Amino acid sequence: MKTPIYLDNHATTRVDPRVVEAMLPYFTEYFGNAASRNHEFGWRAEEAVDRARRQIADLIGATPREIIFTSGATESDNLAIKGVAEMYAEKGNHIITAATEHKAVLDTCKKLEKNGYRVTYLPVMGNGLIDLDMLKESFTDKTILVTIMYGNNEIGVLQPVREIGAMCRERGVLFHTDAVQAIGKVPVDVNKDNIDLASITAHKLYGPKGVGALYVRRKAPRVQITAQMDGGGHERGMRSGTLNVPGIVGLGEACGIAHREMPEEMARLRYLRDKLKDKLEAGLDEVYINGSWEHRLPHNLNMSFAYVEGESLLMGINDIAVSSGSACTSATLEPSYVLKALGVGDDIAHSSIRFGIGRFNTEEEIDYVADKLIDVVNKLRELSPLYEMAKEGIDLSKVSWVRD
Amino acid sequence: MAYSDKVLDHYNNPRNVGSLDKNSPSVGTGMVGAPECGDVMKLQIKVNDQSGVIEDAKFKTFGCGSAIASSSLATEWLKGKTVDEALAIKNTDIVNELSLPPVKIHCSVLAEDAIKAAISDYRTKQTKRVPAAQTVA
Repeated sequence: MKTPIYLDNHATTRVDPRVVEAMLPYFTEYFGNAASRNHEFGWRAEEAVDRARRQIADLIGATPREIIFTSGATESDNLAIKGVAEMYAEKGNHIITAATEHKAVLDTCKKLEKNGYRVTYLPVMGNGLIDLDMLKESFTDKTILVTIMYGNNEIGVLQPVREIGAMCRERGVLFHTDAVQAIGKVPVDVNKDNIDLASITAHKLYGPKGVGALYVRRKAPRVQITAQMDGGGHERGMRSGTLNVPGIVGLGEACGIAHREMPEEMARLRYLRDKLKDKLEAGLDEVYINGSWEHRLPHNLNMSFAYVEGESLLMGINDIAVSSGSACTSATLEPSYVLKALGVGDDIAHSSIRFGIGRFNTEEEIDYVADKLIDVVNKLRELSPLYEMAKEGIDLSKVSWVRD
Repeated sequence: MAYSDKVLDHYNNPRNVGSLDKNSPSVGTGMVGAPECGDVMKLQIKVNDQSGVIEDAKFKTFGCGSAIASSSLATEWLKGKTVDEALAIKNTDIVNELSLPPVKIHCSVLAEDAIKAAISDYRTKQTKRVPAAQTVA
């Protein structure tokens, strides 16, 4: 077993060697511009792009012409939300989203608010799911778009996408989902799930960084979006810019592999994730799972270790790559807004660790991680005045703290 | 973020971890910070009533590595100092010793606050104790 151990697969994933293999010829041998229609170099590139488009479409039950290539999910989210807002401005100016969305969605919505759009930010329940009744009440005759993520990047919670999509369809409202954490990990079907637009990125599913896609429905309903970049009119006018052929080939191959291997991979990741959870729960008292356990990506575990601060915990497990919701580990010095939205309390947010298990993790690694965490948490609890007080039976919520 | 070697050393080998009897009249306890802010420091001193010298110091800290290191270092510095000398310890001394980056300065401030709180608690106890001590004499 080699260290450091990578368990941060919600942040990014290692590129699968099979994906690299598929990409390589498109850097040096078939380096043509896919838009060059009059020579062999261009044709080879275009063929490769078409094949990738088919692989991506197959994974999500779409047709190839519904796949628009982008630079990644941030661009896809921007293009979907701003593109719909602009295209359907005459129909309405109201958008519905949720408090636990990725910043690429939240900040895009905030930008639109400055330009006269109205945005409803749905709160989430304690388990991280949106309340469908609340969604129902939020629609107005001005609502043009609902954007709710498929699987959450911090707590792995799977939103009731199919039901949300059905509610939108009934009302003639478009439904966009940021599906980067879910596509290739759990079955996503744009038709069964009633999805009109979906954001995809390669680097979350063992493909390269800097390439993604937006699924845009072409039939029932035919979705139109306004391009956000002006140029050569690539991607049926929706996204100008020379196609990143090697990246697209990589995204396609990553989708192909995910499609073929998903059933076995899901079961394996779930087994490893459950083993990690079981070992931690057996070895430690007062650990809490953040977000619904039932409605969750199979490779996600988000756990709080009460009375231990997240950054100090990360310091103790410095041969394991994970993330924390602790303020000290974020650029903003605020604890995770996702955990806060669950109402778990800042102290629990400060104590949280996100584990993202991936294709290349082994059972040996999971055993090592569990043992090491138990060790370090015990050590830090020895150091923790809060743990001492809790063991003395003091109710920490009733203590009057001296805040700085 | 990269930690300085001294922060790592205190984190890996924290000095003077533990608790003193908070009910003892010669022990002063300072507890500062709040769980929702991500930092709580408990710092205790045991003072020799005759000489006014801090004989022992203990800490427990919930917080990041820099907070743990700041309080661990504080206990090291407190031992052997008189209460008045201890009051002269400044957070900037801790920042310099541990090479704390700007985002971690609040950890050193918290440690200074904990020292002051512990001394203040000790002094409050002593004031209350004066009549009893005189009776014994």
